[in-house]
Amino acid sequence: MTATPYLRLSNVVKSFGAFQALKDVSLDIERGEFVCFLGPSGCGKTTLLRIIAGLDPQTAGTVEIGGRDVSRLPPSARDYGIVFQSYALFPNLTVARNIAYGLKLKRKAEEERVRELLALIGLPDIGAKFPSQLSGGQQQRVALARALAPSPGLLLLDEPLSALDAQVRLHLRRQIRELHCRLGITTIMVTHDQEEALTMADRIVVMNHGEIVQTGTPGAIYRAPATPFIADFVGTMNFLKGSVDDSGRIRLGSVHLHSDQPLTPGADVTVCVRPEDVVIHRPGPVNTVDMRIEAMEFLGPFHRVRLAADGFGAQPLTADFSANLVRDHRLATGDRLPVTLPAEHLRVYPVA
Amino acid sequence: MHAKTLPLRMKRTGDSLVLDGVLVLLGLFLVAFIVLPLVMVALRSVYDRNDAFVGLANYIAFLDTPSLSQSIGNSVTIALVSTIITTLLAFAYAYAITRTAMPGKGVFKALAQIPILAPSLLPGISLVYLFGNQGPLRFLLMGESIYGPIGIVLGEVFYTFPHAVMILTVALSTADARLYEAAESLGAGPLRRFFTITVPGARYGLISAVFVVFTLVITDFGVPKVVGGQYNVLATDVYKQVVGQQNFGMGAVVGMVLLLPAVLAFAADWIGQRKQTALLSARSVPYVPSRRPWCDGAMFALCTLIAGLLAGILGTAAFASLIRYWPYDLTPTLAHYAFAEVDETGWRSYGNSLILAGLTAVIGTVTVFAGAYLVERGPASAGIKAAVRLLAILPLAVPGMVLGLAYIFFFNHPGNPMNALYGTMGILVLSTVVHFYTVSHLTAATALKQLDAEFESVSASLKVPVWRTFFRVTVPLCLLAILDIALYFFVNAMTTVSAVVFLYAPDTKPASVAVLNMDDAGEIAGAAAMAMMIVYTSAAVRLLHTGASHWLSQRTQTWRRR
Repeated sequence: MTATPYLRLSNVVKSFGAFQALKDVSLDIERGEFVCFLGPSGCGKTTLLRIIAGLDPQTAGTVEIGGRDVSRLPPSARDYGIVFQSYALFPNLTVARNIAYGLKLKRKAEEERVRELLALIGLPDIGAKFPSQLSGGQQQRVALARALAPSPGLLLLDEPLSALDAQVRLHLRRQIRELHCRLGITTIMVTHDQEEALTMADRIVVMNHGEIVQTGTPGAIYRAPATPFIADFVGTMNFLKGSVDDSGRIRLGSVHLHSDQPLTPGADVTVCVRPEDVVIHRPGPVNTVDMRIEAMEFLGPFHRVRLAADGFGAQPLTADFSANLVRDHRLATGDRLPVTLPAEHLRVYPVA
Repeated sequence: MHAKTLPLRMKRTGDSLVLDGVLVLLGLFLVAFIVLPLVMVALRSVYDRNDAFVGLANYIAFLDTPSLSQSIGNSVTIALVSTIITTLLAFAYAYAITRTAMPGKGVFKALAQIPILAPSLLPGISLVYLFGNQGPLRFLLMGESIYGPIGIVLGEVFYTFPHAVMILTVALSTADARLYEAAESLGAGPLRRFFTITVPGARYGLISAVFVVFTLVITDFGVPKVVGGQYNVLATDVYKQVVGQQNFGMGAVVGMVLLLPAVLAFAADWIGQRKQTALLSARSVPYVPSRRPWCDGAMFALCTLIAGLLAGILGTAAFASLIRYWPYDLTPTLAHYAFAEVDETGWRSYGNSLILAGLTAVIGTVTVFAGAYLVERGPASAGIKAAVRLLAILPLAVPGMVLGLAYIFFFNHPGNPMNALYGTMGILVLSTVVHFYTVSHLTAATALKQLDAEFESVSASLKVPVWRTFFRVTVPLCLLAILDIALYFFVNAMTTVSAVVFLYAPDTKPASVAVLNMDDAGEIAGAAAMAMMIVYTSAAVRLLHTGASHWLSQRTQTWRRR
């Protein structure tokens, strides 16, 4: 890690009267990183973005961009480009004029820059059109081009894809990601869509109730969610209620499971396991349970299978079995099979 | 590591400081020219003719005088009946203009503006010509007299109709076609779409319209002055008390009573404001009405009837001003236009009106639009904005009569440093700008609220100064509304009587007051002729406005099309 991060938030607080929208948020973002603020609506992620942008003042705390304390500076004195959910394209200006809006160049140079940006977003021929003549995805890209035009050091994206249909969204995810790789611009994107965050971010900042609850790479967040909330919010997860017995094993009904985590005997716990980590019997004695297939849902590359075991405290277990596996084992509803919950994939949380 | 306890204040740019300063100045302007004068009226109402403090004695005397206290009931009745009739007619009319494919929408839109071109004295004069003692249509009243409630309601509906149409047209013209397409695809019939999309979408406009009309009627002085007869209403009472009997204390009491609708107007605006959100973003698809033969036909018939009645009332005055003696001698003559014969100010009052209207339009439009912009989109704190928003609504609640009265008390006060304004054109312009501030402000605010909320944020992030976005984006997007406001100010300044009737001096007397004087003196044909001069002028300006709007739509609003 370098000495000074590109963006540093220190103890940022935002209150609206008695309500605290942000409670003491601190975060460092490195130059060139693509960071997603992920969380449910009302978690404070947009508020935090607007504070970075200087659009809303924080109640306390500091914001440093590029080593410079900008806490008290208005938006125009900070260095960033922003794309809003509504895009806020100026409807009375052409696409070219919209993109050139923040440029302070001679006419020739300006035209050149606009052409460059239109090429960058893959829409070279729309300069003369008005925003209302474009599709949602095109408008989104124009807004992106406008934000990037003055070559800012920081790009802020406020739910930029949420207003688009799925197909366009998938396409734009990739395009924004490629753009980021090509330009290397430090980027912060606010989203409530975990899939979007997982596919696009270098690092995810998960927020809830005005606090950062976990930061990490998509892989780390997915594999080792710090709390049941994150486990539930990111990806699909099985939640199983149990307790820890005297020998440090987890008891679920009449079944005993081993975990790699150190556990306090006697504690009530929630055991989490991802559906794709549930496997058909693996050699070795531990964590294997005889289960029955209750239902199967065909999802193309894999089947989502609902399993149940008598000794499991009546808790269902969801497993994702690949199409190959289902074919090879000729699995069908009603079948009984030994299922292993690998110790290294169990996440165990104490019940509060 | 850093101070956690002290709330941070954002460093202000020069721009935003200037903008805040302007907004505060505007707030002070409204305080000085609407709040303080009203305070003077309130104070005045507790003093008698000899400037002795009498407490509530004037109010008690008011309630004890049956002829005066009865005016309250009369005023409210007239206002309620007129409001219901006007709002229903205006909604249908505005709907036809904005949401149907009937032919001649442009013409109908223009015709709806007929009444706004004339002082409210004109419908009174025409009704007297048509239904008065020598009126050819008198039989239609079946023995009732036009002098009284019937005449007043007819006149008020005529007078307030364009105001309601203006507000409702704005409210109905900003529809997102996608909502209708969605509803239609869900199987909602036309009636269901009307009640679930059209009406809710226009509810802010509807509430505004109801309260604007109600307040206009209850505070109008022109119609009841001419056709009220023995049927007293509050607005005429003020005039009688002050001009007739020089009883300023009692006039102030009646003025205070007339202020009551203010409370209602406030409440209505407050409710409306909370619900209003941006209806038009760059992604909206403008609604283009499709053909519905039955609906279009019925709406065309209704609009023809309404427009015909409006034109008929105007035509009566025009015709009567051009013939020797209604209804007996129909020889054409311009004799009634020789105003010097019947009114000592003669044609000069017409010139005064042109100056007054021109100044009001320029000063009023700039002030209102800048003010509305700062309130809706400026950088000021929510508290200041709310205060100015409230102040901007206040003039709507203040009847012209009361405003005029307030200005007498305020500017005529020896202690007021602005005393010198009294009796000048300046006070007429000032009172007219203030008098017509609210509707203009709401028009501007409505247009501004329909712009994407993040335009200013985007500009700031692109380091573009606020004023540049204001002139390059905000003003062009609101240009049609700005033109509407300028026209509204000009025409109202031409036609208004109520405030200026207390404030004119012999050499600043406007044409509308000349109409009143001539009507008072029994020179009805002269009054009709001067009223028509006002109409011709307003109409000419209106035509200019239409031309300019059309040109603009063609040139700069390309983006509106799909």
